[in-house]
Amino acid sequence: MSILVTDKTRIICQGITGNTGLFHSQKCREYAAECQPGVDVFVGGVTPGKGGTDVDGFPVFNSVGEAKEKTAANTSMVFVPPPFCADAILEAADAGIELIVAITEGIPVMDMIRVKRGLANSSSRLVGPNCPGVITPGVAKIGIMPGYIHTPGSIGIISKSGTLTYEAAWQLGRVGLGQSTAVGIGGDPINGTSFIDLLELFEKDPDTDGILMIGEIGGNAEQEAAEYIKSNVTKPVAGFIAGQTAPPGKRMGHAGAIISGGGGTAAEKMDAMRAAGVVVSDSPAGMGEAMKEAKGA
Amino acid sequence: MKIHEYQSKSLFKAAGIAVPEGVVCKSADEAATAFESLGGELAVVKSQIHAGGRGKGRFKEFPDQPGVVLVRSADEAREHAERMLGNTLVTIQTGEEGKQVNTLFVEQGLKIARELYLGIVVDREVGGPVLIMSSEGGMEIEEVAKSHPEKILAEPFDAAEGLFPFQARKMAYALGFDKTAVRSAEKFLPKLCRFFVDNDCSMTEVNPLVLTEDGQLLALDAKVSFDDNAMFRHKNLVELRDLTEEDASEVRAGEAGLSYVNLDGNIGCLVNGAGLAMSTMDLIKLHGAEPANFLDVGGGATVDQVTEAFQIILSDDAVKAVLVNIFGGIMRCDVIVEALLEAYEKVGFTVPLVVRLEGTNVEKAREMLGASGRDIVTAEDLTDAAQKVVASLSA
Repeated sequence: MSILVTDKTRIICQGITGNTGLFHSQKCREYAAECQPGVDVFVGGVTPGKGGTDVDGFPVFNSVGEAKEKTAANTSMVFVPPPFCADAILEAADAGIELIVAITEGIPVMDMIRVKRGLANSSSRLVGPNCPGVITPGVAKIGIMPGYIHTPGSIGIISKSGTLTYEAAWQLGRVGLGQSTAVGIGGDPINGTSFIDLLELFEKDPDTDGILMIGEIGGNAEQEAAEYIKSNVTKPVAGFIAGQTAPPGKRMGHAGAIISGGGGTAAEKMDAMRAAGVVVSDSPAGMGEAMKEAKGA
Repeated sequence: MKIHEYQSKSLFKAAGIAVPEGVVCKSADEAATAFESLGGELAVVKSQIHAGGRGKGRFKEFPDQPGVVLVRSADEAREHAERMLGNTLVTIQTGEEGKQVNTLFVEQGLKIARELYLGIVVDREVGGPVLIMSSEGGMEIEEVAKSHPEKILAEPFDAAEGLFPFQARKMAYALGFDKTAVRSAEKFLPKLCRFFVDNDCSMTEVNPLVLTEDGQLLALDAKVSFDDNAMFRHKNLVELRDLTEEDASEVRAGEAGLSYVNLDGNIGCLVNGAGLAMSTMDLIKLHGAEPANFLDVGGGATVDQVTEAFQIILSDDAVKAVLVNIFGGIMRCDVIVEALLEAYEKVGFTVPLVVRLEGTNVEKAREMLGASGRDIVTAEDLTDAAQKVVASLSA
């Protein structure tokens, strides 16, 4: 078991005919083929106007609805450029795609507000945007993370950052801890799936026995997650917050990574997490060790 | 993206949001003429810089000259303007170096009954915009939040529907408005909320928002910033950008599609991914040194972008060593090394360079580094990288 991505996952890519979309679709297909030989996990893609064609063996459809009907896809990886991405996400939800993983960076906040509203009454789950995606090591990956740094195991990772998640997975590997599932929730101010949503899923997942939570400056999602952990999470949790040295008022790359009005600092997030019993590492080099410590405690 | 007060007010005016009459001035003579043309007994001369705190701010060249000043004659307007234009205004938000004032905005004086605070931002938890008001006009909202949280009113509104009139009334009654003022609020507040959504703002702040003696709401100040990611659909707003208000290196990085923030330390960093870039800064600090910058080369950076990134880092004289920290996902490590070697050719590294690579194509990248014959220190992991780069400062 794992969360979000299982052996039932069948993936399409929205925006598959773009360079990046195709490149990562190929990588995801390769990874799934290694993990599940002989199973067709990555089943096609969508680009409006290019339906009926084929890119590198992926059948291309005009709409998500058509792709779902013809391939039984239940998951979409979205690589559609920012101006059209909100529309693509809503299309996937409308077609009844269960898991929508939006990799695209740079979607306007107002568009994400519309998406949030559009998804409110939908059964679809959105992960991202502006995220590396989701991987269940040894099963499948949906996104841009390098597959080989992840090893199958029982730690769940939840992270706002892409490369920092890779770093975390790599460190966990070095201390002998594999991952059940690693989820990048993205660094935008408004996103689909939250820390709390995933804490809940990992808490319920019998194959997860520890959670590594990686946050960053901006907003107070980490503080809310800490509150949630206090009363709802029994499994050991370790964490790290990026941006301890970030100056206030400056956006640090991610649209959501900004200390504004004195709020959203790394220090207050780390304090909240520690108060909730989370083992928080001061150094980004100590994430693996922190998880090990949390599990040992 | 931020814009000036006078630009914000011009946008407000076009959207039917009440603002005082004002004139944009580039010279002291224009300021004097503006006083005459406004025709009142009183006018306000306001420095136009992006930073706040202008009223309490003072000029480096004229330590008694405030950044915003009341004047009662054309001559007075001219005298103040002469001390302001071309000089450097230091406010609580500009830092010690201050900001040069190139433009003044001269506005009519008003009969003010009350000063209030108004702000609109996107609330992350609500997942939508929220209108914030307070009776404490002129004060920093963060201070009010600390000292008198009960005085802050927050009203989330639907981005598509806008602020309903009943929501405007709710605010107005809570602020103790009389009948005329409530009517004014019913019109004024929804318009401002509509403005926020239609222009993809990240913040719209009116501090103070004033209630005139005849019961009308009016934006006495205006501070507007926009969502950079949405500017592709607002060509008219992009034209309002004032590059002289921004850090030159940050502008240059932005043009190359890089995310860069200039900091005070002396170890330059080139990292892929915002989270890892912030963490690399943290790591440098943990090992007793200070980062010179935040720089995220992103996921799909080209050789040209990475070369530009190195050039930007090296153009900062404070930089005494550079740390490259790449965990390759989309960004392949060999692309970074290719760019690194190319940057070597172009600008030449005069400072120590420590490189830590992990991820896609890392073996090929390490081979390329080894075969290059360059004086580059390679690091195994984060701690090793930090120790090596910090040690290189004293070597």
